[in-house]
Amino acid sequence: MGGIPHDHYEPKTKGEKWLHSRLPIVGLMYATLTAPTPKNLNWMWIWGIVLTFCLVLQIVTGIVLAMHYTPHVDNAFASVEHIMRDVNGGYMLRYMHANGASLFFVAVYAHIFRGLYYGSYKAPREVTWIIGMLIYLLMMATGFMGYVLPWGQMSFWGATVITGLFGAIPFIGESIQTLLLGGPAVDNATLNRFFSLHYLLPFVIAGLVILHIWAFHTTGNNNPTGVEVRRGSKEEAEKDTLPFWPYFVIKDLFALAVILVVFFAVVGFMPNYLGHPDNYIEANALSTPAHIVPEWYFLPFYAILRAFTSEVWVVQIASFVTGGIIDAKFFGVLAMFGAIAVMALVPWLDTSSVRSGRFRPMFKWWFALLVIDFFALMWLGAMPAEEPYASFSLIASAYWFAYFLVILPLLGVIEKPDAQPATIEEDFATHYGGDADKSAE
Amino acid sequence: MLKKLAISTVAAATLATGAFAAGGAGHIEDFDFSFEGPFGAFDQNQLQRGLQVYTEVCSACHGLKFVPIRTLADEGGPHLPEDQVRAYAAQFDIYDAALDEDVPRKPSDFFPESALENAPDLSLMAKARAGFHGPYGLGINQFVKGIGGTEYIASILTGYTGEEKEQAGVTFYENTAFPGGWIAMAPPLYGEDVEFSDGHDNDLHHIAADVSAFLMWTAEPKMMARKQAGVVGVLLLTLLSVLLYMTNKKLWAPHKKKH
Repeated sequence: MGGIPHDHYEPKTKGEKWLHSRLPIVGLMYATLTAPTPKNLNWMWIWGIVLTFCLVLQIVTGIVLAMHYTPHVDNAFASVEHIMRDVNGGYMLRYMHANGASLFFVAVYAHIFRGLYYGSYKAPREVTWIIGMLIYLLMMATGFMGYVLPWGQMSFWGATVITGLFGAIPFIGESIQTLLLGGPAVDNATLNRFFSLHYLLPFVIAGLVILHIWAFHTTGNNNPTGVEVRRGSKEEAEKDTLPFWPYFVIKDLFALAVILVVFFAVVGFMPNYLGHPDNYIEANALSTPAHIVPEWYFLPFYAILRAFTSEVWVVQIASFVTGGIIDAKFFGVLAMFGAIAVMALVPWLDTSSVRSGRFRPMFKWWFALLVIDFFALMWLGAMPAEEPYASFSLIASAYWFAYFLVILPLLGVIEKPDAQPATIEEDFATHYGGDADKSAE
Repeated sequence: MLKKLAISTVAAATLATGAFAAGGAGHIEDFDFSFEGPFGAFDQNQLQRGLQVYTEVCSACHGLKFVPIRTLADEGGPHLPEDQVRAYAAQFDIYDAALDEDVPRKPSDFFPESALENAPDLSLMAKARAGFHGPYGLGINQFVKGIGGTEYIASILTGYTGEEKEQAGVTFYENTAFPGGWIAMAPPLYGEDVEFSDGHDNDLHHIAADVSAFLMWTAEPKMMARKQAGVVGVLLLTLLSVLLYMTNKKLWAPHKKKH
């Protein structure tokens, strides 16, 4: 916690001093556990622990699944059935891994929208935000490749559609697509490289998670008021914060336990609810499913991808101006990646001097609309590409971009923010009582 | 408001998946199966009857290539005695490369593959079809009813109207449950197609339900163990939640003086 004054680890015994002068690892653990944490953190600050748990769950179950899985087009589907039927507890491992991916994305979306509402992306936390966005991108890549591994119909056709997106890039697209697939179409080479990368990327994510934590331990946590912890002296800082252990560890573990009750109910009683039935049909290159639909966590961006057809005037203009290089398909791909890019750039798009949405009377409504927009896009992504869904998708996509590119920059100028509490201590006292009166202005 | 957001994230996740299962719907009748809901269990007798229907009727065309015959002896499944499983396996032949001839199957072998090229394998059929998409496409009813693959199969088996038509040399049969209304499979069951040794009802509705239940077992043989694990997991984690809630409350009490 760079800026916030707090106690440091002092090696006492000879052994501790010996180790500390060579590798200050105990000091690092001490600093992590005692990190001064704003005491007014609410229940939206629990997703970090849930996400960490998900990463560990996915890596542990995934490593065991990999011991029994065969990455070959002739055997992949059967090896999954072997896991389901013959491996001890195999059905549980696989269902936890498959539903664990969904929990992972539920948590990451909650975490991202928490950050968007409370302005956690704002200076000085831009680097934390950017690393988080990279983690999110890698999660999507990992989730997508993982869904291909069971080699069901949706695995195969999902892979065909998504890798086809890269083929839409002018000039170099086809080479990229061939590189991704390891050949002209989804086949054994694709399955093998996806398996390899699906195993690799989670460890890259783990590395980025360490950087993510390092970054926000350097700046200190944001909190629901967006008001910074006082850093004048240790005593002052201690009025605004409590140590991570035990206060936030216990609180977060409680939240995690409640979430896991729901998770185990899903795994135990409806494990295939979030999957597509077609994926229990072995992949068949000669039979296309009626609807090819990605996993639920891709749907909002899938809707944006499909929204921009050749009938949309923006697409027609882009096509005309670039002499046809940007066609509807490529425009859709650009829009999809652009939708994530504008989110990544939000630290520089939001011009407001106030960090937390709690004190931004106009922002609140636009943000609420963004949340609704996100769910609308998710629903539209699952609908067939026809009217009225196509028009709705276009409107919803437009709002997504408008929020980041127009509304956020403008709001900072025209909005008159509400009064903010002077200190975190004061905010905490208004909610829970306490000793704020001693230091109140 | 962010608390609401968290809840709606979960809700939307469900909304999305429920919705994309919709499409080209036939009418799915809601059969009552013993294994529905968090505490439902397979009915061993029904699975044995279903096995008989499969063996005497369906297996003429359809296979179960992912199901090892030995699992017929498993507890929670049809639970046949070992000697019966051996006898059952022996009625199907398998090619032995070492002897270069067909030999009777052993319990460690799998059920045969589909005999007819166009007949899909039935091992996972009960999970490869979803019967329930409501309410509002949320599919939440799956929690109490299961995914409805069994209902789908039973509805197909009982959904023939008797009408047929010929198209490009192929005969199609009208079926109220099949998406599109016309199916290439001739009506496989008419009622009283099999005789049960215990004299159990063998009308169309009953045998369709029996064989569908059997196919749920072939698709999800560990369902009982899974639900049991779910109950234990939910109970233990609920207990852990309560303990952590109390710990958390006590821990924070000195800092939250209002209460």
